[in-house]
Amino acid sequence: MAESGQQRGRAPEPVLEPGRHLYPVSIAAPGSMGRTGLWRTQRPVVDEARCTGCYLCWLYCPEDVIEMRDGAGPRGQAIPFIDYEYCKGCGVCATACPVNAIRMVDEEEFILRGFRGGGERREG
Amino acid sequence: MASVAEARAAAERLIPLRGNEAVAYAVKLARVQVVAAYPITPQTIIVEKIDELIARGEMDADMIHVESEHSALAATYGAAMGGVRTFTATASHGLAYMYEMLWWAAASRVPIVMAVVTRAIGPPWNIHVEHADIMSTRDTGWLVSMAENNQEALDLTLMMFRVTEDPRVYLPGIVGLDGFILSHTVEPVSVPPQEVVDEFLPPRRQPYTIEPGNPIAMGNIMPDEVFELHRVDMHASSRAAVEAIREAGRLYGKLTGRDYSSLLECYRCSDADALIVGIGSWMGDAKIAVDMLREEGLRFGAARLRWIRPFPWQELREAGLGKKLVVVLDRSVSFGHAGPLFLEMSSALEARPSMVGFAAGVGGVDISYEDIAAMARKAWSMVEENGRVYVPLLWYHLGGFYPMEPGPLPARLPEMPRAPLRGGGEEERR
Repeated sequence: MAESGQQRGRAPEPVLEPGRHLYPVSIAAPGSMGRTGLWRTQRPVVDEARCTGCYLCWLYCPEDVIEMRDGAGPRGQAIPFIDYEYCKGCGVCATACPVNAIRMVDEEEFILRGFRGGGERREG
Repeated sequence: MASVAEARAAAERLIPLRGNEAVAYAVKLARVQVVAAYPITPQTIIVEKIDELIARGEMDADMIHVESEHSALAATYGAAMGGVRTFTATASHGLAYMYEMLWWAAASRVPIVMAVVTRAIGPPWNIHVEHADIMSTRDTGWLVSMAENNQEALDLTLMMFRVTEDPRVYLPGIVGLDGFILSHTVEPVSVPPQEVVDEFLPPRRQPYTIEPGNPIAMGNIMPDEVFELHRVDMHASSRAAVEAIREAGRLYGKLTGRDYSSLLECYRCSDADALIVGIGSWMGDAKIAVDMLREEGLRFGAARLRWIRPFPWQELREAGLGKKLVVVLDRSVSFGHAGPLFLEMSSALEARPSMVGFAAGVGGVDISYEDIAAMARKAWSMVEENGRVYVPLLWYHLGGFYPMEPGPLPARLPEMPRAPLRGGGEEERR
């Protein structure tokens, strides 16, 4: 995400004495594990109308791929934006949501037929 | 140059030390800053002595008492990642318990030194010398050395700090010393003065550190192809340690008069017809056995591996050239095959002499120079009777020889005698 100022997809690299040995370390940055969004079979889709902006999905997301944007919802509430590049589709956000505003949709179905449920927002 | 070395050698103190204490003094002299250890059985006096040195103000280090050996190495590893010289010690079950962390430490390429007091792994419970524990570390990437005596336990510990922190190597290292025989018996040990050790050990070097404000993701997933290259690099670095050990050993010899530039110690090898090969303290007895055998007209020599990893392949190959027979002594068995050292030796002897592998002293059964001479005589007689022989496993037990599978000799396991139960009380309780 350009606005967050974070670098994406940075390859693992040695930290000191480059070129001497290979070390199993990398600079901690989004994407240092690769494009983990490719692992996803279920896609979390946000229903912005139902979302109350409670931040629980943001809090529970184990991958830190949910960004809350203040005032971006239809009622001026904060709503989640999911980074599908790295979301693994674990469904924790959908389970955590107290108002069922996040639904897990089959990824294949989403890609082949398109999703018409409303509230879908693309990243960025 | 020699006069400087002599003067320094004279300045060294010769004091009676147990193997445990010899290692502890080396750790103090190396200016180790963090020691983490599980303080209960099967721990040794090594960490207790370090505790004492810290408490008396003789050593400036933090001691972390943890709840398990897995945690002991994890804490040592964490401290080492932070950039300080670290140490831990364990034995038998403790080493088995920290096995997973051995891999983490080695593959992270972080220099750590650990002493392993080699003891049997139960059940049945046994606290005596055996090499099953240390032999299980061979595949982890750690450098592994074995001391013959308490002096060497001290010297190899200091050597290990220098070698593991060598940028060509950057792998952790184990200093092995035989349980009880070295760990709990006293020998006069020459302790080098601090300024000599300071000259020998440069400030700590390590490939990277993890510090606040500079986060590093540790051990995360990489493509399989990159993983494989990591392992290639670990292997190459372990082999590069051969040269690092030779250099460090030469320098140590210059500074203390005790040269460790060879990974293999040869005793009367050059003119020998046959070699006794082994690791650890009983190789001292093997030297006495060699003298005895030579008086009987059997020209034996003794070759002791000071290092198991990296394996002294080159030295062994050269030592084995032109020999009629190589006898390998193992103090543990890789069940279902043969003694681990025999298996390793089989890969090193290109000249293909006769080979006989003996398993003996397993579980701490006492083996004297008489026993070693008996094994050597047995192997020699087999060669005289049959010409070239290749016997992977002949188990020596209470004076008897028991051929084991695999091998050309028929196994006769049921004939092994049962030693009477010792310690009193057992018979009455039955």
